Parts: sequence; C-alpha cells; structure tokens
Amino acid sequence: MTEAVSSTLGTEPTPAAPVGLRRQALMSASGWVGLGIVVFWTLVAIFGPFLAPYRVGAIVAADVFEPFSAQHLLGSDYLGRDVLSRVLSGARYTVGLALAAALLASTVGGALALFAAVSGRWIDEVVSRLMDAMISIPSKIFALVMVAAFGSSIPLLLLIAAVTYVPGAYRIARSLAVGLNQMDYVQVARARGEGRFYIARVEILPNMINPMLADFGLRFVFVVLLLSGMSFLGLGVQPPHADLGSLVRENTSGLGDGAPAILMPALAIATLTIGVNLLIDSLPTRARRMAGGA
Amino acid sequence: MSTTLLLIARRLGAAVLTLLLVSVVVFTISSLLPGDAAQETLGQSATPEAVAALRAQLGLNEPAHLRYLHWLGGLLTGDPGRSMANNLPVREIIAGRLPKSLLLAGLTAAVAVPVALAIGILSAMYQGSRLDRALNVVTLSMVAVPEFLVATVAVLVFAVKLRWLPSLTMIPEDASLGDFLRAYALPVMTLCFVIIAQMARMTRAAVIDQLSQPYVEMAALKGLRPARVAFVHALPNAIGPIVNAVALSLSYLLGGAIIVETIFNYPGIASLMVDAVTSRDMPLLQACAMVFCTAYLLLVLIADVCAILANPRLRNQ
Repeated sequence: MTEAVSSTLGTEPTPAAPVGLRRQALMSASGWVGLGIVVFWTLVAIFGPFLAPYRVGAIVAADVFEPFSAQHLLGSDYLGRDVLSRVLSGARYTVGLALAAALLASTVGGALALFAAVSGRWIDEVVSRLMDAMISIPSKIFALVMVAAFGSSIPLLLLIAAVTYVPGAYRIARSLAVGLNQMDYVQVARARGEGRFYIARVEILPNMINPMLADFGLRFVFVVLLLSGMSFLGLGVQPPHADLGSLVRENTSGLGDGAPAILMPALAIATLTIGVNLLIDSLPTRARRMAGGA
Repeated sequence: MSTTLLLIARRLGAAVLTLLLVSVVVFTISSLLPGDAAQETLGQSATPEAVAALRAQLGLNEPAHLRYLHWLGGLLTGDPGRSMANNLPVREIIAGRLPKSLLLAGLTAAVAVPVALAIGILSAMYQGSRLDRALNVVTLSMVAVPEFLVATVAVLVFAVKLRWLPSLTMIPEDASLGDFLRAYALPVMTLCFVIIAQMARMTRAAVIDQLSQPYVEMAALKGLRPARVAFVHALPNAIGPIVNAVALSLSYLLGGAIIVETIFNYPGIASLMVDAVTSRDMPLLQACAMVFCTAYLLLVLIADVCAILANPRLRNQ
C-alpha cells in the first residue's frame, strides 16, 4: 500500500515487492478476476470482428433462436444470424463508445476543474453551480431528453454520454484540485511567481492522475450501462449498427424459448461492468477513496 | 436550534435555485430541436400557411426566453401544456400515470430498505471478515448488472420456466391481494436487485464511519459485546448517515424504473417518458423530465436535511 504500488496502477504489479508485503501489496483475488475480464474484453473489442466465424449481417443458421451448437457456439438470433459473431462485433461498439465517452468526460471534467480551481472565486462559483444543476438531472433522463432533441446517431450518442458524465468527473476532480491547491508546495510555487497554468499543469495535475484513473473506470461502467440501456429501449445505437444492448433488444421475442440470443449479449455486458468494478475495487485504497463512490 | 433551521433553510433555497437551473437546461435542450415542432406535427406535405398557423398557435414565433417563461409559469400553475401526440392536457396524462409509479417505488422501497440495512449493518459489524468480503464482491457485482439482464433472467425463470408469475404487469380492477402481489413481484424484484446492493454498500460505509470513532473503541475496551456496541452505542449515532444513504440510493430507482416499466409494460410515468421520446412529444417529455428531476432533488434534499439534523454538534444549540 505504498507509493510504489500506486504508481504502477493499471500495469503489472512490481515483482520486486518485498515478500512480507506481498500479500498486502498485490491485488485481491477478485481484483485479478476483474483484471482478467477487462483484458479479455479489451482483446475482444480489438480483435473480435476478425475472430468472428461468420459475417455479422449474414443469415447463416437453418432456424431462428437455435440453442448452443457446434456450428453456432452461442446459437442463432431472430433472423438466423450467428450470435457469437454478433456479440464479437457488438462488443466493439459497446467498449469503444464507452471508452471514448468516459475519456472525453474525464478529460473535459478534469480540465474544467483545474481551470476553476486555479481561477478566481467567481469563475469557480459559476462553473460549479452549473455543474451542480447538471448533476441534478438523473443521467438516463438527461440522455432521453438529448436523444429526443438531437436523435441518436453514433457520434451524438458519444457526445450525449460524455456530456452526461462531465459533471460527475468535474466534481471529483475539483475537490482533488482544490485540496492540492492548498498544499505547501503549490503555495511555494505561487510565491516563486509561477503562472496559473504552470501550477495547474506541473504542480496539481500529476497528483490528480491516480484518483482520476479510478474515477475514469467508474465513468466507463456508468457509460456502458447508460448506452446499453438506451439501446435496449431502442433509442441508442441504430441498425444496421448494433451494440450489445441492441442485440438484447432485437432478440426479446426469443425470451419465451429461453434463447441464448437474448441472454448472451446481456451477460456479456454484465461481465464487462462487473470486471471493471472488481478491478477498481481492488486498487490501492488511497486512489479509490479519493475517487469516491458511485 | 436556530443554526439548524438556518442551515436547512439555506439548503432548501439552494434546492429551489437548482431546480430552476434544471428547468432552464431541460427547456434549452428540448427546444433546440432541429426542424420545428409545427413542421414535425404536420409532416412534409403541409402547406406553408398551415405550418405558420400552427407555429402561431403553439407560440413558436415568440423569442425563446418568453417561451421559457410561459412554460415555467404553466408548470408552476399546474398546466404544462398539451401533448402533441394526442392533444390531451399533459397534466391529465401525468396524473393518471404518476400514482402507479409511486406505488411501484413504494413497494420497492418497502422490500429493499430492510434487506439492505440488514446486509449493510451486518457487514459493517464484521468488517474485514470473510462474510464482509464475500458480501462486498456480491454487492459490487450486483450494482454493475444492467436492469434488463435481471429482468430477462427473472422473466425466464419465474414466468417462462416455472410459470409462477406473469411476465407483464397488468392488474384487473377486481384483483385480489394475491393477484396484486403476483403482478408486482417481478418488477419489484428487478428494481430491488440494484437498489439493495447500492444501499447496503452505502449503509456499510456509514456504520463503519461510526464504528471507527473513539467512543466505540471505549465501549469495546469496557468489555461490551460487539452486538451491544453496534446496536446501543454506534447505531443511534449512525441513523442520520444511514437515512442519508437510503435517500440517496432510492434516487437510483428513477433510472431503474425507466427500464423496468418498459420491460414489464407497466403504465407508469417512466414508460410514458420513453413513449414521449419515441414520438418526440416535447411538452409531455419536458413535463416528465421535470417530474423526475423534482423527485431526484427531493430525495437528495431529504438526504441532506437528515445529515444536518443528525449532526450532534448542531443538536443542542
């Protein structure tokens, strides 16, 4: 639980850790499971479409809603398409969109927070009030209003998800930045005559990165749940594109048969989000505590 | 006492201000519509005169800030306009749906709160034990599961395979208590799943916060049994934070209800809102969004007021 561990956050833990500290310093078993799942889905998102046994849109099975079989490992969907191929390609949309949106939200939120923290009281107050108002709109409601107004093309969904989670990232980043802004070494830098943006970039930002990374993981989970929820309602990713949520929606009629076509994409989402959650939970407590809860 | 009242009054004022800002945000987004409502309603083949007439009737020729003030005035006086889909007053549509959603939320809370408190307090008392760590992994996984997976699996198991429960929530007028409970079982179960996990985690954190105080250590050093320390010493002080946690987790109901009402075809306000998005019925959508935001702010406000009231430093002034 020391600097050495938190600085290697997200990479392989240092094998050089003293034996006595090993048990404490390494991740818990659930953390390893989480890491494994995250690595798995990352690989699927990158290589999935190349591994797919059939073309994504091709109708290849003899029947609709087939159960598991050797030809179609995860069965067939409501049109007789191969579910495994559809999931492998849907995962790319889900993971890719969520990654981009979470990255955008954390970057914009973090940058705004830094700006507000080193700027005067007025700017800080105005930005913070606005963010408070935005955070008071439940994320799904906000997304629904945005989709009603602007439609749901993929770039718009990305933007909607990012805008929805900027205030949360801002709030956490601001509390970190304001705390760090009071530190002695920042006061010294200020007395030295350094400019605002130098202080933000060189003195504050590096110390915010670790907790912000844990927060980024949480945002990623929120975005996955939000976007697949929207797709499930038919308001997210539109055909011919399909993320995992759309796959669940288009196969709802197979529920009566207990078809794998509806369960597999839903399970895929759940393993992805659970994996990320387990991984974040086992990060060194310092980073996690500062990133706050849900 | 006056300090407490002042704090609460200030918090109340902040909530009203936030709600006003929220209404600005909701209105701005939903009236930035590309194309305009009149054209949308009449379709592409409408004559320009008809569109102009409807624009005038809908008040679309006024500048945006005046339209906002009209809309806000309408909301405050209980008349948020007419639905564009079926021309009924929005107020009537919502009045028909809101009690049903409140019933669903109430039932969910009645089930979720006791279970979540039990799990939260138990894992806090045995913090770090194998039980606590197991519960941690379980609740951590539960919060990350999308509602539609829970609903799908629940329908598959209880409605399709076992045939115990109906998969759609429909209540006949003369339903008996048994029918009523059977109809609500699946949606309530689905909503509880995520809420319980969330609430239990927050309760655990609140109780652990109290258990780490010096007076608890003192009680333990006196030789009291852990159960007595937890229930007699720590719990009375943890009630404020716990109520705070409960109110905050209940706000997760709002998002969950959207998926659950849609899946079970439940005639509540959340499924109404999804329909409003699909048909781009802006007056209805705006009103629904404001209902949800008000409910959310109300829960957060309750949470904050409880936290203020529970602060012992303010209690005896």
